[in-house]
Amino acid sequence: MKDHLIDLINEALKNIEKAASSDELNDIRVAFLGKKGSITSIMKEMKGLKPEERPAFGQMVNEAKTKVENALEEAKIRLEKDALELRLKSEVIDVTLPAKKLKTGHPHPCQIALDEVERIFMGMGYEVVEGPEVEWQEYNFTKLNIPEGHPARDEQDTFYITDQILLRSQTSPCQARVMERGKLPIRMISPGRVFRSDSIDATHSPSFNQIEGLVVDKHITMTDLKGTLTQFAKEMFGKDTVTRFRPHHFPFTEPSAEVDVSCFKCGGKGCRFCKNEGWIEILGCGMVHPNVLEMCGIDPEEYTGFAFGVGLERIAILKYEIDDMRLLYENDMRFLKQF
Amino acid sequence: MNTPLSWIRDYVPELKCTDQEYADRMTLAGTKVESFKRLDKNLEGIYVGRIEHVEKHPDADKLVVCRIYVGGAKADGVDENGMVQIVTGAPNITVDSVGRLVPVVLDGGKVAGGHDGGPLPEDGVRINTGKLRGVESYGMLCSIEELGSDRNAYPLAPETGIYIFSDELINELSLKPGDNAVRAFGMDDTVVEYEITSNRVDCYSVIGIAREAAAVFGCGFRMPKVEESGNNEDINDYLKVRVEDDKLCRRYTARMVKNIKFAPSPEWMQKRLRNAGIRPINNLVDITNFVMLEYGQPMHAFDYDMLSGHEIVVKCASDGDVFKTLDGQDRKLDSSVLMINDSEKAVGIAGIMGGENSKITENVHTVVFEAATFDGINVRLSSKKIGLRTDASSIFEKGLDPASAVAANNRACELVEELGCGEVIGGLIDIYPEPETMERIKFEPDRINDLLGSDFSREEMLDIFKKIELTYDPSANEVFIPSFRRDLHATCDLAEEVLRFHGYDKIEDTLPVGESTTGKVSFKGRVDEVVRNTAEYAGFSHIMTYAFESPKAYDLLSIPEDDILRKAIVISNPLGEDYSIMRTQPLNAMLTALSFNYSHKNENVWLYDMSNIYIPKELPLTELPDEREQLTLGAYGDGIDFFSMKGVIEDIFDHLGMRERYELKTDVNRPYFHPGRKADVIYGGMTIGYIGEIHPFTASNYGFKDGVRVYIAVLDIPSILDFVTFDRKHEGVTRFPAVSRDISMLVPKATPAGDIENMIRRMGGNLLESTELFDIYEGEQVREGYKSMAYSLSFRAKDHTLTDDEIVSAMNKVLEGLASMNIELRS
Repeated sequence: MKDHLIDLINEALKNIEKAASSDELNDIRVAFLGKKGSITSIMKEMKGLKPEERPAFGQMVNEAKTKVENALEEAKIRLEKDALELRLKSEVIDVTLPAKKLKTGHPHPCQIALDEVERIFMGMGYEVVEGPEVEWQEYNFTKLNIPEGHPARDEQDTFYITDQILLRSQTSPCQARVMERGKLPIRMISPGRVFRSDSIDATHSPSFNQIEGLVVDKHITMTDLKGTLTQFAKEMFGKDTVTRFRPHHFPFTEPSAEVDVSCFKCGGKGCRFCKNEGWIEILGCGMVHPNVLEMCGIDPEEYTGFAFGVGLERIAILKYEIDDMRLLYENDMRFLKQF
Repeated sequence: MNTPLSWIRDYVPELKCTDQEYADRMTLAGTKVESFKRLDKNLEGIYVGRIEHVEKHPDADKLVVCRIYVGGAKADGVDENGMVQIVTGAPNITVDSVGRLVPVVLDGGKVAGGHDGGPLPEDGVRINTGKLRGVESYGMLCSIEELGSDRNAYPLAPETGIYIFSDELINELSLKPGDNAVRAFGMDDTVVEYEITSNRVDCYSVIGIAREAAAVFGCGFRMPKVEESGNNEDINDYLKVRVEDDKLCRRYTARMVKNIKFAPSPEWMQKRLRNAGIRPINNLVDITNFVMLEYGQPMHAFDYDMLSGHEIVVKCASDGDVFKTLDGQDRKLDSSVLMINDSEKAVGIAGIMGGENSKITENVHTVVFEAATFDGINVRLSSKKIGLRTDASSIFEKGLDPASAVAANNRACELVEELGCGEVIGGLIDIYPEPETMERIKFEPDRINDLLGSDFSREEMLDIFKKIELTYDPSANEVFIPSFRRDLHATCDLAEEVLRFHGYDKIEDTLPVGESTTGKVSFKGRVDEVVRNTAEYAGFSHIMTYAFESPKAYDLLSIPEDDILRKAIVISNPLGEDYSIMRTQPLNAMLTALSFNYSHKNENVWLYDMSNIYIPKELPLTELPDEREQLTLGAYGDGIDFFSMKGVIEDIFDHLGMRERYELKTDVNRPYFHPGRKADVIYGGMTIGYIGEIHPFTASNYGFKDGVRVYIAVLDIPSILDFVTFDRKHEGVTRFPAVSRDISMLVPKATPAGDIENMIRRMGGNLLESTELFDIYEGEQVREGYKSMAYSLSFRAKDHTLTDDEIVSAMNKVLEGLASMNIELRS
């Protein structure tokens, strides 16, 4: 009987090993461990044993059951694993098939450049201020030390609406507006659209964007202007960027300067991009002219300041290597998609 | 402004630097060098040669074989006697040319271009020994074009053929065979192009730039020495000058020359003019041009015998006067234009152009030289009014130093004597009623340092002032400004001078200290950013458009003639009609951008614009217009319809914290929209935008083919600002389950879904959490005049699990409400 039990166990284990599905395992369970299963049935044969042999045999049968059950359980896990493996194998995908993308839009290159400039100056404590695009001549010219009759007022450059109202030719009128508010100290930048009477071509547009900057406080110096714009240039064009300040003239600043940065394509060695000069002109700046401070109600004996103006399109064109300014206003999707 | 460097060196003889150093250092000191060009860049191995022998080529009718004597020049083919054989096809070299001096390029040399005067190759043209029809030629005789110039600059050059040196030039330069021909042409020079800032009128002259160069390089400046000129006659016996309008003519000087003898100017003068880009004409004209370049003072010459009464009167024209300028054009004048008159008539427009009636002709015997200081603003305005801008007027515009009138006139007369151009009459007429006083600026070194953030010593500053001819008066502690420096008025101007010559790059970089400030954007700036980001996430790309457009836009958009939108601001001097009005709607710009993409075959284009429209309060403008920023979404192609536009607007509201229900008003007058697919967006009782499909008629106006559906949505940003909030409040996430009920119904076709939803929401009460349309159908199975709609309603309470009674009672109310709208429930 004992031998018979061992045979049964071996048979069961063999069947389990061969089983290829959970149905088969179930059948095996029923055949060996079910109510009428062969192992279950062997218990009934215990009657034929001597009473003293019964506990040991009972234990044997129980152990046999456990053994078979464990084997069944293991086999189940194995089968499940095999099945999963099989499924996963069948589910192999070609990962190089095209991606499915959420269709998102693209920011305009000028906006990207503007965001960058705003980020840099906001980090330095500058407030972003906007001003009107249709402006009084007084703000666009007079208060910026550009008196009546000054060539800068020429109709050749400025779009006029009436003799008093015009399309601002620069963002500088915002300087006057912010100073007039009288809240000091001032650290502001003012981005916006400006208008000049230039025909549309690869490098000109009658409408473009500038960013004005203004700082007015006690003890503001030319070295502060240099330091600030040098820091800006490094943030904007890379930490190795070198700036060069060249004397220049603007009616509303004195001393005035134009700022070149070392060419960020060639690092200043000279290339097609910087016309072999190694330098690229990016902005105009200077110390706020005392006449301007005074006209805007600030005491030039007590306060000094600096101002600067950057052409946004110029920055975008340089930074993103756009070879024709017209592209910025044509709004061709094939162009916009690249940003 | 173009100036030959050789001319600068005449006045700064110690100037020792390369062209590049010159350009760099001048630029860094504020005299910006735009470019510089070596005239002999590609000229090598070019000598003066004498034609000794010319004979016909044995095998070619059009060629001749020349023997040229090139002195000591050494090159392949030059024999021990300095003779070289060259074959040429130039028409002007014949047996008659023997004895003439010509430019010769020898073997291995280089010329700038071809004889046709076409574009010059970057690296020039190398000349090598070769055979022409079997005869050896060891170089080339040169035309002026081959030397990179033209007959404008060298009027003596033949129309075609080899340049032949004139006897005058040979005499003046003592030219002989073997000399460097480049030098003979004055091409051993660099032409420098400057960008002069408008405040430095003194630098629109050779003297001004030379003075700067001397200061920059720390060498002496040698002002041209002007010798006294004139015979023992007195100009006052010949001419009377009266200035009636001394506000517009601060100073008027006149000198006279008689017995004019025309001739070409000497080479030294021609070279300077030519290299400055001015064509040499004759001695008299060249002298006035030369002085204009040298002193920056325009001059004019009148024919004395044409001046009635031998008088000059400076006064304004009368309204309606017409005057013929020396270019033969009639010019209309008015009473603001300053004129030069004789006793009877106008003879010139002051500072702009002389008259035909007094212009210098070949028959002139006596001339009057005028050098005056006209008011810059008046000259500029007059020149604009008349539509005539000349070299002279563009200089006068900048406002000249009255001192240069006298200096220039005397210089011109000295040159007349030097060139033997005529006999100068003694004396100078100088009308200068209110002489300028010298500008003085208090010397405050501390304030200069405070402004610059520098620590220059007094002495360093005074040293720099000395270099640029500012003098210091210690007793008054004042800096005296010479009259040619018309840009220096205040301490900040002196600070710039100190810094300019010290070097902008030599002061430190610091950052402002002091009270700290917060970097921030305005509330509107934040709204803009959210709107832009939402539009981009939704698939729209940012475009930039012009603020001005054509009034024709209104026709394209079918906007009625009397519509208020047509009341646009008009630019008085636009680039053209297409850019003449400030837009009052954003649609044309968007449709133009979409149309551009459509015509370039770009599919599925979704764009957005964030820019202003300009609404005048009254026309013509007496105050600034209302500038209203518009978000404009525009799209065509797959995946876009009215409801996706509506969805983007809702997303934007969501991100801006605009949680109120908005309404859509369909009975609105927007002729550019499809009449059945349009709506105004009403929020808080205000129209804040509109959505619609572009009318097929309008779409075709913008070039879209029939059947292409174009969608637009506009939000008026100023209108929404009051509704926007960036405050957010957590409302809790309830733990109690939601119960949902579906309603299926038959709805009269004309009933808008929005009305049904409003009814459901109103009747559903607080327990109704959400409602969703999940089916809508019109067609065969549905009764005529009706549509089938199905909504899913979700109920939930925050504080308990809903009971059946609660749900039934809420649902009953909803059903009652719907029934009142003639809606039938479907089983």
